[in-house]
Amino acid sequence: MEILIYGTINSITLALYALGFAVVYGVSRLPNFAHGALYVLSGFIAWTLLNTLRLPYLPAVLLAVLATGLIGALIYQLVLIRIRGMEIAEIIASYALGLAMLEGLRWGGFKGMTYTLPALLSGSTIIAGVPVDYQRLLMCGIGAVVIALLWWCTHHTRTGLALRGMAQDEQAAMMLGVDSDRMALVAMACGSMLAALAAILLLPLGSIVVENGYNVLILAIAVCIVGGLGSWMGAVLAAFLIGFSQILTVVYLGAHFQMVVAFAAIIVTLILKPSGLLGQQKELEERV
Amino acid sequence: MAAEQHRKQRIDRGIKVRSDGIYALMSGRELAYLVLPRSTLIVGLLLLPLLLPDLYWQRVITITCLYALLAISFDFLAHHVGLVSLGGAFYVGVGGYLAALGNTALGLPVWATIPLATAGGGIVCTLLLLPCLPLRGVYFAIVTLMYPLFMARLIEAFDIVGGTDGIIGIDGFPNHWVEQYVLITMVLLLLFGLRRLAATDFGLVLRGIKDNDQAVRASGIQVIRYKAAAVFIAAAMGCLAGACLVHIYMWSGISQFALDFSILPIAATVIGGAGTLVGAVLGCLILVPLSELLRDFGSLRIVFYALLLVAFIIFRSEGIFNYARRKYEQFERWIPI
Repeated sequence: MEILIYGTINSITLALYALGFAVVYGVSRLPNFAHGALYVLSGFIAWTLLNTLRLPYLPAVLLAVLATGLIGALIYQLVLIRIRGMEIAEIIASYALGLAMLEGLRWGGFKGMTYTLPALLSGSTIIAGVPVDYQRLLMCGIGAVVIALLWWCTHHTRTGLALRGMAQDEQAAMMLGVDSDRMALVAMACGSMLAALAAILLLPLGSIVVENGYNVLILAIAVCIVGGLGSWMGAVLAAFLIGFSQILTVVYLGAHFQMVVAFAAIIVTLILKPSGLLGQQKELEERV
Repeated sequence: MAAEQHRKQRIDRGIKVRSDGIYALMSGRELAYLVLPRSTLIVGLLLLPLLLPDLYWQRVITITCLYALLAISFDFLAHHVGLVSLGGAFYVGVGGYLAALGNTALGLPVWATIPLATAGGGIVCTLLLLPCLPLRGVYFAIVTLMYPLFMARLIEAFDIVGGTDGIIGIDGFPNHWVEQYVLITMVLLLLFGLRRLAATDFGLVLRGIKDNDQAVRASGIQVIRYKAAAVFIAAAMGCLAGACLVHIYMWSGISQFALDFSILPIAATVIGGAGTLVGAVLGCLILVPLSELLRDFGSLRIVFYALLLVAFIIFRSEGIFNYARRKYEQFERWIPI
């Protein structure tokens, strides 16, 4: 029972980490290596708004999510738009931007265990004999809602359909009047906002540390690769797969092996089926 | 009437055209045109330790050479084979740990551990990367980014090879002159060696793989074998840097898998001029001393390189070396359209 509950919680955590990355990559084929940095950055923005400007919880959190979305959009508009399609440059530039953000925060004195975000709900309850705190339940709830909302938006709104069109075939979408750069901008903003949302939900469970940025990036990429880069539902499925196997290894082998699972999952996926569980990319395009 | 419009015309200098063909190498001026830039680099690097006798700066020179090795290896793999490896730290770590183990556990001297760690590390890295070699672009970059982080975790988790404390008590080089000249010679040899390699048929196939691997495969060439060979060369260079690093600091630890070893060579390559190999060395000669000067700023210097890197990618993506070469080989003028 413990395994089931913690597995679900862990899986939704991973899905929240990964969705932002998957959305950006899926639409614009931009590997956003600054994803982890945006996650940590939004945590710090929320912390600053709460503690320095003393805003109440909800406006502060909403502002932090919007600000991160804006930062993501700015990154796209100022930097990434100029190098789209040049794979090496995209990777290096977004990675460098993420590194600059994270190390900048570290230099700015945000380190140690002193920075924590308050939880929206405190206290805990017992489900089937396992203690679970409310924040984790809330996170599961919101995570499920976000996944559902994302599905709904991409199937029933104009922008969402345009995004999906871009993801499937950029040239055909452009012929049908979808502005590729604008959609990529929207995707980048959405991806950043998803990262921020994940941060706001997940950071109260621990403290805000810069190293989180790297871990989140790795986990997000692991989930996306296993699910198939660019496939959103694949990412959710992979999150559950990796989430449960992580909890199982923690229970049966020890906590040290948690990251090993993520890594092993990537290697196995890449060798057996590089397009991932639900990836729809042509095999020939990604491997020789 | 609209204002007269101009465009920039670039024409090769006469001396370049003449000295391109071997038959024209008759005048001293043409020979100098070809030889001067290369010999400036070689002589400059060889004289550097004599010009900067200060012990602190001598250490900076050795570190610069270490990073130069990594940068050349990154540049070779990324721009001649098309495999973007974000995990330079992985090679450094593997080479470093192998040299440290060879020295402390087996009692081998320095002159034996470095070549062994270079070759052995190259083989180990190639074997570990073998499953990812069919991947390209983003996929390969992602996997290589993870390898060093993963190795550091593994060493921590299993508490092997010294765990978080690292391995201490490793022999150093006999003196710092040996240390510097070994590294400088290695940088020069590998730099010119790889340039030569890139011009051979082997290099041609590698460039073919970068541009269109399907076509290479269709020509009946085993792409994986060539990629593995290229990865071995690059990994061995990284391992060489790692082995030297361990002997310089007489200590080997998890910090060898740190991001510094991955990001700085990339920054140096982009700033110096991607794809030229020499540019990578030039970039290191600029960035590493600069980062030593900025040491007081702590992690702010990583921010500084990262932003410099982004600025170069956007505004001057050709890099310093390509820019300088254009000025050296061509003249420019505005002509009316």
